[in-house]
Amino acid sequence: MIKRMLAATAALAITTAFAQAQEVKIGLVAPFTGIGAELGQQIDRGVQQFLKLNAGKIAPYKLTIIKRDDKNPSGADSKVAVQELLTQENVDALAGWIYSPNAIASAPVVSAGKKLAVIMNAGTAFITNLSPYYVRTSFSMWHAGFALGEAAAKQLKAKTAVVGYSDFPPGKDSLAAFKRAFEANGGQVIDEIPMGGPAQVPDFTPFFQRVKDKKPDLFFVFVPAGDHALAVVKTYGALGMKAAGIKLIGPGDITQDIKLQAMGDAAIGLITMHHYNADLDNPVNKALVASWKKDYGADATPDFVAIGAYDGMAAILHAVQATKGKMDPDAALAALKGWKYDSPRGPIAIDPETRDIIMNEYLVEVVKGADGKLHQKVLGKIDAVKDACKAQKIGPCAPK
Amino acid sequence: MSATDLQNHPAARALAQRHRLRVWEGLPWLLALACYFAFPRYLGFGTEILITVLFAISLDLALGYAGIVTLGHAAFFGAGAYTVGMLAKNGIWTEPITGLLLGAAVAGLIGFLSGLVLLRTAGLTLLMLTLCFMGLLEESANMGADFTGGFDGLDSLPIKPIVGMFEFDVLYSKTQYLYVLAVLFVCFVFTRTLVYSPFGHSLTGIRENTLRMHAVGAPVERRLVICYTISAAIAGIAGALWAQANAYVNLSTLGLDRAATVLIILVLGGYGRLYGAFVGAFVYMMLEHFLSKLYPEAWQLGLGLLLVVIALFARGGILGIGEELRRRFRGWRNKP
Amino acid sequence: MIFGIDVISTLLGGVAAGMVLFIVSVGLSVTMGLMGFVNLAHGGFAMIGGYLIVLAMNRLGMPFVAALAIGFVVVAAVSTIFERLLYSRLYRATELDQVLFTIGLVFMMIASVTLAVGPETQPLTLPTWLQGQINLGFISYRTYSIVLIAVGTVIMLGLWLGFERTRMGAQIRAAVDNRRMAESLGINITRLFTLVFAFGSGMAALGGGLGAEFLGLDPQYPLKYLVIFLIVVAVGGLGRITGVFYASLIIGVVDFALKKYLPQGGTVFIYGMTILLLLWRPQGLFGKST
Repeated sequence: MIKRMLAATAALAITTAFAQAQEVKIGLVAPFTGIGAELGQQIDRGVQQFLKLNAGKIAPYKLTIIKRDDKNPSGADSKVAVQELLTQENVDALAGWIYSPNAIASAPVVSAGKKLAVIMNAGTAFITNLSPYYVRTSFSMWHAGFALGEAAAKQLKAKTAVVGYSDFPPGKDSLAAFKRAFEANGGQVIDEIPMGGPAQVPDFTPFFQRVKDKKPDLFFVFVPAGDHALAVVKTYGALGMKAAGIKLIGPGDITQDIKLQAMGDAAIGLITMHHYNADLDNPVNKALVASWKKDYGADATPDFVAIGAYDGMAAILHAVQATKGKMDPDAALAALKGWKYDSPRGPIAIDPETRDIIMNEYLVEVVKGADGKLHQKVLGKIDAVKDACKAQKIGPCAPK
Repeated sequence: MSATDLQNHPAARALAQRHRLRVWEGLPWLLALACYFAFPRYLGFGTEILITVLFAISLDLALGYAGIVTLGHAAFFGAGAYTVGMLAKNGIWTEPITGLLLGAAVAGLIGFLSGLVLLRTAGLTLLMLTLCFMGLLEESANMGADFTGGFDGLDSLPIKPIVGMFEFDVLYSKTQYLYVLAVLFVCFVFTRTLVYSPFGHSLTGIRENTLRMHAVGAPVERRLVICYTISAAIAGIAGALWAQANAYVNLSTLGLDRAATVLIILVLGGYGRLYGAFVGAFVYMMLEHFLSKLYPEAWQLGLGLLLVVIALFARGGILGIGEELRRRFRGWRNKP
Repeated sequence: MIFGIDVISTLLGGVAAGMVLFIVSVGLSVTMGLMGFVNLAHGGFAMIGGYLIVLAMNRLGMPFVAALAIGFVVVAAVSTIFERLLYSRLYRATELDQVLFTIGLVFMMIASVTLAVGPETQPLTLPTWLQGQINLGFISYRTYSIVLIAVGTVIMLGLWLGFERTRMGAQIRAAVDNRRMAESLGINITRLFTLVFAFGSGMAALGGGLGAEFLGLDPQYPLKYLVIFLIVVAVGGLGRITGVFYASLIIGVVDFALKKYLPQGGTVFIYGMTILLLLWRPQGLFGKST
């Protein structure tokens, strides 16, 4: 705590020293306690790493981050945090949001506050429709789910699949996206299994035994990254499903980088579709991973949550530069529509129509490297993937 | 002993006087109004506090006065919130004040029916039954996501202006604050009248000695169910207010988090005292709010410490400290 | 035959899940039954134990079994201090004051663990001999589940013998049934409380470590699983070791089977089942009826 206060004092001193540096205040809303605290930490670190690695580009502006803990997915705490950031702190931009319900509940306040708001994680597809000030730099569940549905039928040549999902919107979205694409390409989903909620990690054994009995080619799983994913891979390994010829696939949530090493050898051979993993081979990512390990320890690593935050800051910086630090919301949004950026996940852009992200999706296999650690090997990539839900107006985005 | 003697007995006098309004009882309301002018940028948070106060009062009625130890009170908060939310989202009913009454009616009905079944038990069993009942409702709301919006909730509820004139204020929550304060006042007056009525006294009797109340021929179970129903209806109003003030409702309104927090708040403030709800909600939420601004990652430490200290050194919550002090100064005081 | 294997694997899975519940909850049942203390921080001791075990393994390279023993001993010792300094002041307080106190304690445990170790999940990697599958002759099954079943059974037998056959056990039983009478017979209740509390917390720590494979381990642990622990205790009947054991197994197996055959039901079953059981037997399945 003392360290933090010293850091705050130091930051204050710097601010005073460069009084002429134009300050842009950014309110960062994320859970720093509770079940989402680990994700909140990744967001925070992603933001800090961006500021550190891009210090040269940020000058002469000064980006001040004001953190607020939105605690839980109730909507109300997040909403109050957003209100106070807008009315008490007079922030120039908002950012964050791990939980979709919080982004959804905050949308009217964001609209009324008329400030750029960058969603760094929340993945429910239609969120960006709720406020014209929302821009998303993370993902929608449809990005990976839809792409993997196609790849499962075409590249993995699977005929049948069982889908297991956590019973909340990202899970249902993943199911819908995967199923639609997989069946459109000749595959068949033979069972759909809701596997408990997002808060507690259930014992996955009964669900997985059910899958084992169904003998599908593929078992597509969406569970929240973190404990759930860890338990999924462990159970998969312990039940001998790999030996039974059932391949485990899913969006990259199940191979989240910060959990990967803990999964052990059971994870080898897992196939995922996602927009980021820490092994991606490009210079921006290499620099980020190196700096990350230096700052937070050899076992720490950025993951897709951190990248949402990193790129979110890049978007904000672009808006700051384009508006010369004034952060006029309309000008900032205009500058971001169609904005292109060289991210650690590869080239990204903001779709001018939907203000959602366009990015590459990577088909990845988990392999064991020469260093004895698990790595993610890119098998293939799909360029410039849009959120299929909004782009094709299907599923929950279909016109009512 | 003649009737006059009885009336002059100190205990009888204390009994007759205890429902009389005291000067300090105006204080919380004046303070709440003063905050409206003094802290115009904190009213969104203030609205949350006031709603929690109302929710805690509803729990106090059940727990503090009738001795019904429940860990499932959010079931009724959620019922009220979802009533408003689902009616508004589908454009069936968007008028706020009648919306509150509908929320109260639905929550009261659920309270009545569940009370008939669950209130035969007590202690840990009752605690677990109320908790599991709430869990059932929450999971049903999750399964009926097509109607309830599930985890993501029902957003952008089109609630009409209050009495057709005052629009809800999204950015500063000014309208919401005064609206909730007014509703809280009405509900409080109602509850206060209720607990000092003969009905209220019989509840206290049941809490203190159920057997004796049975023995004097009081219809114990019926009174408990009635009290539980009223308590549920008020919790429903609190939930309905929450949905209206946020123009939003989701599963969290039915969750254990909410039920446990309101219980902690009430015990912290002091249950069975009506004003404990005010003190508990204010202290708990202020501490949580400002600590979490200063230490986004570590505020729970301070909050936990407060709870532990109060539990160790004060019986009857924060208000219990005040009473203890008064008792020591005066040496003698009626039991409330 | 396929059907038979199906049923057996369901039973094995359910019993293993039940054993985890049993090991963590048994201490809670005894403290609540014996001392009448609503100890919502019980899961907190399980978490602290789990953390000690994982950290001992990952940072000190200790073997799994040794780490479990360390976890048990340290948590039992620490909880003795808690019991003497803090809990004992609240034995005569109302249940609600106890709730306030123990929830406050849980908040502090969560925050302390987060500050000390971080908010992330602690990975517990089982030794290789516990990973994978074991061939039981008629069926291959998850090794760790089988080991859990064995460990749980041994613990149950040990507790049963301790309860039924030792002087201490008789004292505890007497105190659960009628504390005043036990006290007037000269049983040192204070000492008994401390010992039972330490033992219960130690068991929780053991459960935190043994169950981490299924339940994970992160700072939110004490709140995440509080409800299921309480359900087991309530259904089993306060202070009844055999009660907790059977309740854990019943809940474990029924929940497992329903999840496997009717996954669409979500958590409805566990709540519905608890409500029905408690309405049928308000004192718990094996509790003493009043």
